[in-house]
Amino acid sequence: MSDLPEGARPRIAPIPDAESEPFWTAVNEGRLLVQECSVCGQRQLYGRSLCTNCHSAALTWIESSGLGTIYSRTIIRQNPNRSFKHLIPFVVALVDLDDGPRMMSNVVGTPAEDVKIGDRVRVVFEPLPGAALPMFEVFAE
Amino acid sequence: MAVIAGVATSDYPHHPELTELGVHAIAADRALADAGISWDDVDGYASAGFFPMHAVQLCEYFGLNPTYLDETNTGGSSFEVLVEHAAHAVDHGDAEVVLITYGSVQLSQMGRRLGTGGASPPPVGPAAADAVWGNTLVGNYALAAARHMHDYGTTSEQLAEIAVTMRDHASVNPLAQYRDPIAIDDVLSSRLVADPLHMLDCCVISDGGAACVVTSNERARDLRKPPAHILGAAHALTHHLNISQMPDITVTAAAQSGPLALQRAGVSLADVDVLQVYDSFTITVLLTLEDLGFCAKGEGGRFVEGGRLRWDGPLPTNTDGGGLSACHPGMRGMFLIVEAVRQLRGEGTARQVANAEVALVHGTGGMLSTGATLILGSHAP
Repeated sequence: MSDLPEGARPRIAPIPDAESEPFWTAVNEGRLLVQECSVCGQRQLYGRSLCTNCHSAALTWIESSGLGTIYSRTIIRQNPNRSFKHLIPFVVALVDLDDGPRMMSNVVGTPAEDVKIGDRVRVVFEPLPGAALPMFEVFAE
Repeated sequence: MAVIAGVATSDYPHHPELTELGVHAIAADRALADAGISWDDVDGYASAGFFPMHAVQLCEYFGLNPTYLDETNTGGSSFEVLVEHAAHAVDHGDAEVVLITYGSVQLSQMGRRLGTGGASPPPVGPAAADAVWGNTLVGNYALAAARHMHDYGTTSEQLAEIAVTMRDHASVNPLAQYRDPIAIDDVLSSRLVADPLHMLDCCVISDGGAACVVTSNERARDLRKPPAHILGAAHALTHHLNISQMPDITVTAAAQSGPLALQRAGVSLADVDVLQVYDSFTITVLLTLEDLGFCAKGEGGRFVEGGRLRWDGPLPTNTDGGGLSACHPGMRGMFLIVEAVRQLRGEGTARQVANAEVALVHGTGGMLSTGATLILGSHAP
């Protein structure tokens, strides 16, 4: 990150807590996890201490295939935050994982205007200083 | 049955000489004067703001010692919820006169750093899920607009029509922040902030305050102005601030709160003469119209065409110019209530809706997260 433009700051990194630590630790190891309820089978993100469907506390983390479909996307063209301003324009998307949950992320590797709702995407792990982020790239099946 | 007996706004949109609390004070004093009620008669107070024990702070500042207090915060819809609660308190005999105020010096505090929503919350706890991607407030609404366009073929021109109508209403509101008329092409040629939303799809950023006084119908009989009767109210939510947690990004909490409020009021949509809905963005209005049931889901784009929302059209909406053109000081919910009451009293001046007897007010808060609906009427039920 030594090549940041003048005045720019590194990207904002997550601050894990007891519930999100397994997710972010796995991301640093190149794996995407989702939480699964052992009672009703629902899968969810973000990590919680109960299932939002049946409210059971019997939850485990399972590894996602990392495959998904873009549910919606926007191109951020204005963000005064110095952690992001130098990245403009960039794609923010909601991705419906094949494994169930929806998550927000960035779509990288394709010109922003070419990223469309319904595109198939797969996870890629983008390094940050001291952490990583699960982003997505468009692929053709 | 509780009523709104007094309403007021500050002389928005610029208050560089005032503090946030001072804006509250101006709106409060004017609303009480509008009702013809003295500060000494206030036994209930409600407000929502961005710091804890906010309403307690306001009471200390005002020199109020109420025995009914509410600072429920549902974002921009808070003031519809606070009126709902106050009506229940008055009906239940817990309070006789509830003062509800809002104030903000957001514009003056931001100075020249006007952004259309840059700040991400700290990436801690649930917020971390959405906070690390560089998304913005506008970006959240843009995601909803993009999906609506994808599912239903809604166009930027249709969204722009909403902004054009609000600006037309603002053009005769002497306080409005922007009054020069605009056309659809002006919206489309304004810069993209977060695709597909342009700058003129976004609300303005203002200073401003507004207030109302809720009391009993019995008490209102002796007051100086005709009251607006609170016929029905309801609120609902879909998620907090992570829009990734919104089950269907094109369906807001209005789909729950709207029908429930109408049912409680014994009023149908066809009875609604004037509409005041939260217009943080053009897409907010479009989704709200669909979710309240004025048109089917997906038909909002066609519905708003042809000036349907104009003050002299079939569904007069945001007759003061709304947050898109008149004033948006952070949480706008109280301004919707003020304008609805004025319309019901015939105080709508150059944009008075003919024979306005039933008003529907709908606040939206958070990131399309919460919805609160009030049905107000010029006649008792």
